[in-house]
Amino acid sequence: MQTVIRLQDIHKIYHTGEVDVHAVRGVSLEITQGEFVALMGASGSGKSTMMNIIGCLDRPSRGSYLLDGVDVSQLNRDELADIRNQKIGFVFQGFNLLARTSALENVELPMLYTRQRLGGQSQRERALNALDAVGLADRSDHKPNQLSGGQQQRVAIARALSNDPALLLADEPTGNLDTRTSVEIMGVFQKLNDQGMTIVMVTHELDIAQYTKRMVVMRDGKVVSDSAVAKRLAADTELQRLQEEQKAVQLAD
Amino acid sequence: MRYFVIIKVAFRALRRNKMRTILTMLGIIIGVGAVIAMVGIGNGAKAQVQARIAALGQNVIQVFAGNINRGGVRSGYGGAGTLTIEDALAMEREVPGVSAVSPEVRSGAQVMAGNNNWSTSVMGESVDYLTIRQWDLDDGVMFSDTDVRAAAKVCILGKTVADNLFPDEDPIGKVIRIRNVPMKVLGVLKPKGASMYGSDQDDVIIVPYTTCMKRFAGVTMLRSILAQAGSADQINDVQDGITNLLRQRHRIQAGHDDDFMIRNQQEIAETQTAAMDTMTALLAGVAIISLIVGGIGIMNIMLVSVTERTREIGIRMAVGARGRDILLQFLIEAVALSSTGGALGIMSGIIGAQLITFFQHWPTLISPDSIVLAFAFSAAVGIFFGFYPARKASQLDPIDALRYE
Repeated sequence: MQTVIRLQDIHKIYHTGEVDVHAVRGVSLEITQGEFVALMGASGSGKSTMMNIIGCLDRPSRGSYLLDGVDVSQLNRDELADIRNQKIGFVFQGFNLLARTSALENVELPMLYTRQRLGGQSQRERALNALDAVGLADRSDHKPNQLSGGQQQRVAIARALSNDPALLLADEPTGNLDTRTSVEIMGVFQKLNDQGMTIVMVTHELDIAQYTKRMVVMRDGKVVSDSAVAKRLAADTELQRLQEEQKAVQLAD
Repeated sequence: MRYFVIIKVAFRALRRNKMRTILTMLGIIIGVGAVIAMVGIGNGAKAQVQARIAALGQNVIQVFAGNINRGGVRSGYGGAGTLTIEDALAMEREVPGVSAVSPEVRSGAQVMAGNNNWSTSVMGESVDYLTIRQWDLDDGVMFSDTDVRAAAKVCILGKTVADNLFPDEDPIGKVIRIRNVPMKVLGVLKPKGASMYGSDQDDVIIVPYTTCMKRFAGVTMLRSILAQAGSADQINDVQDGITNLLRQRHRIQAGHDDDFMIRNQQEIAETQTAAMDTMTALLAGVAIISLIVGGIGIMNIMLVSVTERTREIGIRMAVGARGRDILLQFLIEAVALSSTGGALGIMSGIIGAQLITFFQHWPTLISPDSIVLAFAFSAAVGIFFGFYPARKASQLDPIDALRYE
């Protein structure tokens, strides 16, 4: 399998205030295509910093980072922007959709910044396909405030997919959602992963991490454990179980 | 990012805060409107002055007799009596480029016709006077060279005089009395309106200069000489020629001052329009200051907008917008704001100028130049004052911007 992410001895030091903060202290990690990785750790463990580096929002202070075969550790701001545009799809905790902008236009957003431009028509088609992939093709003209939290996160996932990235990067994607919707979103991720999408998800919830295939745990800027998920949950069966539980509660009433 | 998409996004962002957008634009609207209206007023005044100067005649050179100093008491121009009929005739004969000459004598008089009387000025002129001043007769004929030579008792009436002496009759062929001298009316002039100094140019009687000298003014010298150059580019040569001729004829040594004063129409026009240009520049200056104040308003609101939309900027950067894309987006938003304000300002300026003309009766002239200039300037204000906020937006760190609450 092709290697999507190869991190070698990554360090990140923040020079803020009087004391230098050594947020990441030598992380080496390799993620191949088709993996579904949960990056876990308590706050302050350095997982957010790792996430920013993996997402090309920030550069490591030391170490090398190959993303999809490209060394991105030495690129400048503009080149990083292009890498984010071409190779990475972001999904955030707070959805981060543009307000008062239709779902379709939100999904089209990354394509607006692509250097090789698409025609307006094929851009629209791709956006609609992405919305279809997350099951929201019929809501394309809805604005974010007309959508539920789960639907908004699906639009965000569609946006992340629209430029056909090599990597889907999710930062606490279920943090603002209830249990049931969280499971639904994990179902979307699992489906995409089954189709071959590489996904890295930052989370601190162990039960959400159970839906992934591999768990990387960080502490004090270092990877302390890296293992395959033993009892992997399937979103479909979990949803069914939740529905049955709900029915049982209703019957008991 | 496609330009029309950016423009669409910019206008959407402006529509989102309608009140704020309108108030911000108001600064530019007032500024541009003021520029348009003020320059319009200035240009209108200038055009009016130019029209009045043109009414003096074409390529006209005026020679006035100099002043005289008698025991410390100085007379005004014309007081010295240095210009003679021979000077005028020599001018016409000897200076190349002179196409017409009219010796001038003035006198005031009470004029009577039947039961009506009127106080007006009597101007002694030559046959060429009307040609020089491009003044046409409304009715009748001009007096002839024979009349001039004979100092004939004939006259031409200005419109005002004709209306006052002959309210109900046709004055042609009638006899009027000027200082008890009966004068036959040969013609009536077309109205010329007020001069640039505000006096009524139609309140005048024109008689042969010989008649005026002998019968009314009682002088042997001329007050002034009106000469016309054949074309505009000959004016300076003709003026020099006349100066040399008169210095020679008056035997003025080199180094001594002229005993006459010579002015041409261009000089008069230049002085007058220079004054108008100064006024226009002052008005435009005030207006431009208000435009700059409007620009500062734009800068202020764009800074607020960048802060408010920090998260949006973060999202755009996360999905691949370069700094330049963000810069362009906010810059275009600022320019959209200022140029929309500019367009509205141009409209309000034109309306304002027309209202001023309507209520104050000031002439205004909106030139296409000032419209193009005002629009370009308002767009430039948007670029200038929008650049700093846009640059600030483009330099945000995507991580901080995404985390911004």
